[in-house]
Amino acid sequence: MDWVIEAHNLTKTYMMGEFEVQALRNVSFNIERGEMVSIMGPSGSGKSTMMNTLGCLDRPTSGEYILDGESVSEMNDDQLASVRNRKVGFVFQSFNLLSRLTALGNVELPLRYAGITEGRRERAQAALEAVGLKDRMTHRPYELSGGQQQRVAVARSLVNNPAIIMADEPTGNLDSKVGKEIMNLLLALNKERGTTLIIVTHDPNIAEQTQRVIRLRDGELDLDVTAEDKGRKK
Amino acid sequence: MSFTQAIFEALESLNGNKMRSGLTVLGIVIGVAAVIAMLAVGNGAQASITGSISSIGTNLLFVFSGSADGPPGGPGSGRSGNNDRPLTLSDADALKDPFAAPSVELVAPAIQGNGTLTFAGENSTTTISGVTPDYAIVRNMELAEGEFINQEHILGRMSVVILGPESAIAIFGHADGVVGETIRIEGQPFRVIGVTVAKGGGAFGSEDNAAYIPFTTAQARLIKRGVRDEVDVIFIQAVSAEAVPSASEEVSNIIRQRHRTPIGIDDFTVFTQQDFLSTFATITGVLTIFLGGIAGISLLVGGIGIMNIMLVSVTERTREIGLRKALGARKKDILLQFLTESSLLSLIGGVIGIMFGWLIAFVVGKVATATGNNFTPIVGTDAIILSTSFSAIIGLFFGIYPASRAANLEPVEALRYE
Repeated sequence: MDWVIEAHNLTKTYMMGEFEVQALRNVSFNIERGEMVSIMGPSGSGKSTMMNTLGCLDRPTSGEYILDGESVSEMNDDQLASVRNRKVGFVFQSFNLLSRLTALGNVELPLRYAGITEGRRERAQAALEAVGLKDRMTHRPYELSGGQQQRVAVARSLVNNPAIIMADEPTGNLDSKVGKEIMNLLLALNKERGTTLIIVTHDPNIAEQTQRVIRLRDGELDLDVTAEDKGRKK
Repeated sequence: MSFTQAIFEALESLNGNKMRSGLTVLGIVIGVAAVIAMLAVGNGAQASITGSISSIGTNLLFVFSGSADGPPGGPGSGRSGNNDRPLTLSDADALKDPFAAPSVELVAPAIQGNGTLTFAGENSTTTISGVTPDYAIVRNMELAEGEFINQEHILGRMSVVILGPESAIAIFGHADGVVGETIRIEGQPFRVIGVTVAKGGGAFGSEDNAAYIPFTTAQARLIKRGVRDEVDVIFIQAVSAEAVPSASEEVSNIIRQRHRTPIGIDDFTVFTQQDFLSTFATITGVLTIFLGGIAGISLLVGGIGIMNIMLVSVTERTREIGLRKALGARKKDILLQFLTESSLLSLIGGVIGIMFGWLIAFVVGKVATATGNNFTPIVGTDAIILSTSFSAIIGLFFGIYPASRAANLEPVEALRYE
């Protein structure tokens, strides 16, 4: 199998004052390249921690995490930054665009940190075209609607051709119609480009649209439903 | 991320908050301008004083009665009250001996006192000097019109006077065309035979406000001294600037012999122009450092302003920092970004401050000239380099803490920051 994500016994422990909180307890699973996965769970279930860990924003306390063939668990901050830059694209609930920059400038940011100067503009333009914002490239975020802003964010997440795209409640700040558009865009990108897509959500309707659902409860893997399972249930 | 990109981004971000950036820059502008202006004023004062001392005469030595070391009587105090023997004309004559004093070129004894000049009801009190013909050469004196005192005037004890331009203006209302007029000094008639060229203020007050009469005339009629042939000061010109120290040595030896002073206790003082120069250079040097130091403090305050603003900016942009880290910014990228911003702030402030300080120095010079002081502030390259590098260093130094705070933010925490 071509695993893009291999997680073995991931454990994450926080100190909350004097108490030790286990946000993740021995979670193991693999994700295949090109898969589309939802991570679900009630708040406090550890799904944010899971996203931070899978997105290389944070290291697990113990356990091994291999992303696209690279073992991430023991990396230092700068190595993690490099992995995030090359292999992970982020889509956030609140868009997180820099208001000083144009849509193009925002999409160029990951390329800047990758040290790419040649063809940077063209690649950013191509990414914006792919999300259907060909005629909004020089607009700044405050000149765009919420849906358009999220499209810019999606363009930013895929401009570096990452191994995975991490979307954290990508439709949470959008009304249902625009949210559907964004979901369709993500699904289409997954289908056309074969980009692995991981969506963190608590919305069952969203999870319904992905092939696989990983459900967390109290930091433990509660349920791992694949498409075949779904089919069997029906 | 490359350096030019960092500068471009920093400019963009500073431009995004114009008011705040402007006020921060202002702190540095004031600091740098103060340093530049103060150093310029200090240097100008130094140059002005050095210049006026040089204008007294080249290779010049002064001999005063009285010891410089002990009370009473310092240099220029004239006769001191103790057993010091006064300088006399024969002392001066002895210094002319080419064998005992080969380094001495010219000797010009003088007596000085205050007197009132009168012409057609106008009065002016000034310094009256009784001098010999050599005085004009020794003291670098030039005449605007007329001629200086010659040997004939000395021998004949003639009632002639050379006026300084200020004195001439004080009693005539003008300094030209006064040769041939007769004025009264302390009631006695004197014929004006010359007017000196204006020199400006000097170390001993203005030489332009003075009157020079033949030595013998002064001795006989105007300036009474207790001892016959007593002189107040002997001006000596050495053969060259290099010969000044040896001339000083020779002069001291001759007078010591003549006055039979105990060894180590001189009753006279030899002062060279170099002594004046170094004394004043020390004073103005301290003054410059003092002024520059005070100005430097304001530069420091400006730097603290930068640090303050950068800290606010880091807190404000926590989410942005988190996002940039999520997109792959390394610690040094964030560090570079914020350091560039703070350095740019202080560099821009430095450049504007230099121009502003230059302007202040220029205005000070204009005001000084307008009020009749011969004084030009000098903006030196050293001051420019000093304040520019100092402000850049301040930008870096006060930027390091906020920038490293930004660089060390945890991406997870920073992204969650509201």
